[in-house]
Amino acid sequence: MFRFIGRRLLVAIPTLFLVITAAFFMMRAAPGSPFDLDRKLSPEIERNVREAYGMNKPLGQQYVDYLAGVVRGDLGPSLKYRDKTVLDILKENYPVSLKLGLSAIAIAAVVGLSLGVVAALRQNGTVDNLVMAVAILGVCIPTFVTAPLLVLVIASHLGWLPTAGWNDGALANMVLPVVVLALPQIAIISRLTRAGMIEVLHSNYIRTARAKGLPEHRIVGKHALRAAILPLVSYLGPACAGLITGSLVVEKIFNLPGLGKFFVISALQRDYTVVMGMVIFYAALILLLNLVADLLYAALDPRVRLA
Amino acid sequence: MIGRAATMEAAAVRGRSLWDDARRRLLRNRAAVAGMVVLALLTLAAIVGPYLTPYAYDAVNKQHVWSPPLTDGHLLGTDALGRDLLARLLMGLRVSLAIGLVATLVSLIIGVAWGAAAGYVGGRVDETMMRIVDVLYSLPFIFFVILMMVTFGSNLVLIFVAIGAVEWLTMSRIVRGQTLTLKHKEFVEAARAAGLGPAGIITRHIVPNLLGPVVVYVTLTIPAVILAESFLSFLGLGVQPPMASLGSLIAGGASDMELAPWLLIFPSVVMVLTLMGFNFIGDGLRDAIDPKDR
Repeated sequence: MFRFIGRRLLVAIPTLFLVITAAFFMMRAAPGSPFDLDRKLSPEIERNVREAYGMNKPLGQQYVDYLAGVVRGDLGPSLKYRDKTVLDILKENYPVSLKLGLSAIAIAAVVGLSLGVVAALRQNGTVDNLVMAVAILGVCIPTFVTAPLLVLVIASHLGWLPTAGWNDGALANMVLPVVVLALPQIAIISRLTRAGMIEVLHSNYIRTARAKGLPEHRIVGKHALRAAILPLVSYLGPACAGLITGSLVVEKIFNLPGLGKFFVISALQRDYTVVMGMVIFYAALILLLNLVADLLYAALDPRVRLA
Repeated sequence: MIGRAATMEAAAVRGRSLWDDARRRLLRNRAAVAGMVVLALLTLAAIVGPYLTPYAYDAVNKQHVWSPPLTDGHLLGTDALGRDLLARLLMGLRVSLAIGLVATLVSLIIGVAWGAAAGYVGGRVDETMMRIVDVLYSLPFIFFVILMMVTFGSNLVLIFVAIGAVEWLTMSRIVRGQTLTLKHKEFVEAARAAGLGPAGIITRHIVPNLLGPVVVYVTLTIPAVILAESFLSFLGLGVQPPMASLGSLIAGGASDMELAPWLLIFPSVVMVLTLMGFNFIGDGLRDAIDPKDR
């Protein structure tokens, strides 16, 4: 297993390198620079500023310098937020995104799993059809539709919850963003669980368990669920990517001080270092989660041997 | 006369082909049929609609700002610049559908070529090509699409390419898997024995036979692409005003929703109908073509 982790990490490093390279040169190819302000800088000042950030050097040299910095764990200063390094910005803002993401995935996993199992046990019954209808809706209604509609109805008209803001992560402020983030994941997870459960319930070893006279809750809870959960584990990586995408929208709509909000703004403002830092952060996160998913998969399914 | 009799006889003994069967099953699936009807109507509206509306989608009218639906001669009301929502909605639907189709086509071409080549050639080439797909899979793609839009400025062609270039990965995996099973079939052996080269075998024998799963995946890719474009538009990076897409209309509606909820509600409804239509058809097709997966 350690060999497996080692090999995966060895693949992860060139992948990250690729990501950094692509993002670096794409960002630099964009027209404009972080120093284009409303008020034009005088040429001398601009030259000094560029020199201070090392941006007077040839692009290749800057790239090498940046890579060297990344290896040392230094992501550089922000070009737009004065007196802040990229690490400061990441550190200050990731807890909000993390809290949102984790709550959403936890809720999605619990609700999605339960719905999926119930639907599979009542295959083609009323409950099943209802769950699947909800699942289809969840897939088809994008977050940027659910978010404003929920705000309009629940927050603005009924006044039950705040319309936006973080308020230090107060529960009332969390409810709507988390629900919006979780809905599409609930839909996908319940579909995956249902499909997995139905397949497993028809398998031979479940028939054996039934023949042995095991109680239904043990058949479902112990034997079937364990196998049916496998497709979910491999869904972990894509789910994380989906949550990140969703958080870009949700943090914008609910005006939350998370990382997602920074990315688009920084990209538009040509804050090179912040954009790069976020790309690295998210790429590393996704790579890590994929690794965790593979390990979990192997732990749950003895047929899979890590090599 | 003889020719006609011969064809009639041929028709009489002709069995049901795989596709006949699939069509029969598809037409029995009520959700899929409903999806087809809804999509047909929406497509028709998107093609013909913009010519029939009394207002242009970008015609500003300062007299009728934020008119509610059914007032001032605007069926669905107007936006902050007094532009007719119906006209903009039809135009936005046209743009979204066009992006969905073209970007899916891009992803289809890349994905099928990549997957078929990897699967057919096999060996080390296959391993390398699929490893590249694995690596690309694990990247935060949305960031690259955003970077692309920022770098090259957003225009329609770039949106097609950017989204299409992202969505081909799954397609290539599906195609490769199918190719692997197909390439050992007897008819491929026969073609090879008859002297057909690899390129000929791929285009003439492999690709036509993996059409089934590809068609299914295409119908599921189109809504994903429409969603991706809307997402970009929502962040202000997609289609630029005065041009509209469903996503940019929803984004605009969301910012004015307290004053003019219709600007949010109508585009949202059309968006959801479109996505549901495609998803129902995709699910129906999957069940129809591969009934054991039900």
